[in-house]
Amino acid sequence: MRNKYSVFSLIKNAFSYHENWQRAWKDPAPKKEYDAVIVGGGGHGLATAYYLAKKHNMHNIAVVEKGWIGGGNTGRNTTIIRSNYLWDASAGLYDHALKIWEGLSQELNYNVMFSQRGVMNLAHNLQDVRDLKRRTHANRLNGIDAVYLSTEEVKKFCPIINTSPNIRYPVLGGTLQRRAGTARHDAVAWGYARGADSMGVDIIQNCEVKGIKRNGDSVEGIETTKGFIKTKKVGVVAAGHSSVIANMAGLRLPLESKPLQALVSEPVKPIIDTVVMSNAVHAYVSQSDKGELVIGAGTDDYVSYTQKGSHQIVEGTLNAILELYPIFSRMRMLRQWGGIVDICPDASPILSKTSIKGLYFNCGWGTGGFKATPGSGDLFAHTIANDEPHKLNSAFNLNRFVSGDLVDEHGAAAVAH
Amino acid sequence: MFLINCPYCGERDQQEFKAGGEAHIERPKQPTELSDDEWAEYLFMRKNIKGVQFERWNHAHGCRKWFNMVRDTSNDEIKAIYKMGEKPPSQ
Repeated sequence: MRNKYSVFSLIKNAFSYHENWQRAWKDPAPKKEYDAVIVGGGGHGLATAYYLAKKHNMHNIAVVEKGWIGGGNTGRNTTIIRSNYLWDASAGLYDHALKIWEGLSQELNYNVMFSQRGVMNLAHNLQDVRDLKRRTHANRLNGIDAVYLSTEEVKKFCPIINTSPNIRYPVLGGTLQRRAGTARHDAVAWGYARGADSMGVDIIQNCEVKGIKRNGDSVEGIETTKGFIKTKKVGVVAAGHSSVIANMAGLRLPLESKPLQALVSEPVKPIIDTVVMSNAVHAYVSQSDKGELVIGAGTDDYVSYTQKGSHQIVEGTLNAILELYPIFSRMRMLRQWGGIVDICPDASPILSKTSIKGLYFNCGWGTGGFKATPGSGDLFAHTIANDEPHKLNSAFNLNRFVSGDLVDEHGAAAVAH
Repeated sequence: MFLINCPYCGERDQQEFKAGGEAHIERPKQPTELSDDEWAEYLFMRKNIKGVQFERWNHAHGCRKWFNMVRDTSNDEIKAIYKMGEKPPSQ
C-alpha cells in the first residue's frame, strides 16, 4: 500500500531531507500470465489500468511501455482540457472526462494541477462566427457550459489580444468554456501509475511489443522484448504507433500518423491567464505555471514517425501568434518538439472491440487526446472488462467506418487536419 | 522538412509539395457491387507503415504534377521517385 501524500508526510519527509520518500511505483519483471495487458504506458493506458483495477476488480493486469511512462504524447502535448465538441456523442465523451478531471487530484491523492482557467476559441471570419455560435448552442443543449463572446468581450477577457479590425484575420468574436483549462501532463501519468500500482497493477517499462499471438480469431498473448506474456485480453493504447501494433495482429485501421509540433518560450511573469485557440489561423497559446508560453502548432500533411515536424509549420503558427499578440514580438522560444499523432478520417477517436476476440483498440485521438485521458481510461476499462462498450463510447467503434455513421469533429478539433 | 527531387522540376524544398497519401490504392472497378466492408477498406483503411511506404505527392507550388515516392517514414529518407503510371521499383 502506498503512503498517502499530505501536509504531514511533507513535514515528516522534510526532516530526512526528502531522501526517503517511498517509490511511487514498483519496477517489476513481467509475470508469465495476466488477465489483461495494456500496451502503452501513457496517460490513457495508465488510466485504463487504474480503472480496470478500481472499478472492475481486475488486479492481475500489466501495462507494458516501450520507453518510460508518460514519455510519449502524454509528455509532449499542450495540456489543454475542454469539452466543447459539436456532436452529442463527442459531448458525452469529453464532458465525462472533464467531470472526472474536476475531482481527479483528490481521487488520486496526487496533485494534477488541474486549473479551470477557461478556454476561448476565436472566430476570424463569418463562417467561424456561424460555426462557433452553432457549437455554443449545441454545447448548451448537452449541458456543457459555453458562451459566445463579442469582439469587445474577447478583449475584456484577454486584454493582450489584438482586436483591431485591420489585421489580416480580425477577431470577430469567440466562445468561452469556463470549466475548461489545463493540467500538469506528467502528473497525470504519474498519479495514475501510482494509483494503479498500489492496486497491484504491474507497470513494466522498457518493454516493447514485438508481436501479437493469435489462436484463430482470439488473442493468446504478446511477444515483447522481455519475453512472451500470456493473456486473453490486450488493450492497445499506443497513440501514433497504433497502426504498427495493428499490423502485428493483421488488422487494418483507418489511421494516418503525422508529426504535430509544439513549442514553449522563455518563462515570463503572468501575462495570459486563460487558454486562447484560433483554429482558422492555427495558433493557440496558454501560459504554464512556470511562466512559459505554451504554443501549439499544426500537423504536417505527410505520414511520418520521426517526431520532428517541418519548420514552416512552426513559422506559420508564430506569424499568427505575433499578429494576434503583438506584445509577444520579442519573446524568445526555448524549446520545440514533435510528437506522432494518429488521425482518424473523422477527427474522432476509436475506443472499440475489434474483429479479433480479446483485442481492443483505444486510438485515433489525433491532435487532442490529452483532455480525454480520465474519461478514455474509464470507458476503455469498461469496454475491456465487459467485452462491450459503455454507452458513452459505443459511437466510437471501428464499425462506424463501415456503416458510415461517422462523428465528424473537424470543426471542434483545435488543429485543422 | 526535406528536399524532394520532382521528376519534372528537379530538387525543391518539401514545403512546395503536398502529400497525397498512400499510393497504388486502386479505384474499385465495379463500384455498385462493393459491400460496405469493401468500401470502408477502399475509403478509410490505410497501411500507415512505419518504414518504407509508397505514397503520392503533388508539386502544388511548382509544376502541379502528381508523382509517386518511396519513403522511409521512420527517418523521412526518400528511397525512390517515379512518375504516375510507372511501375513501382522493387524494394
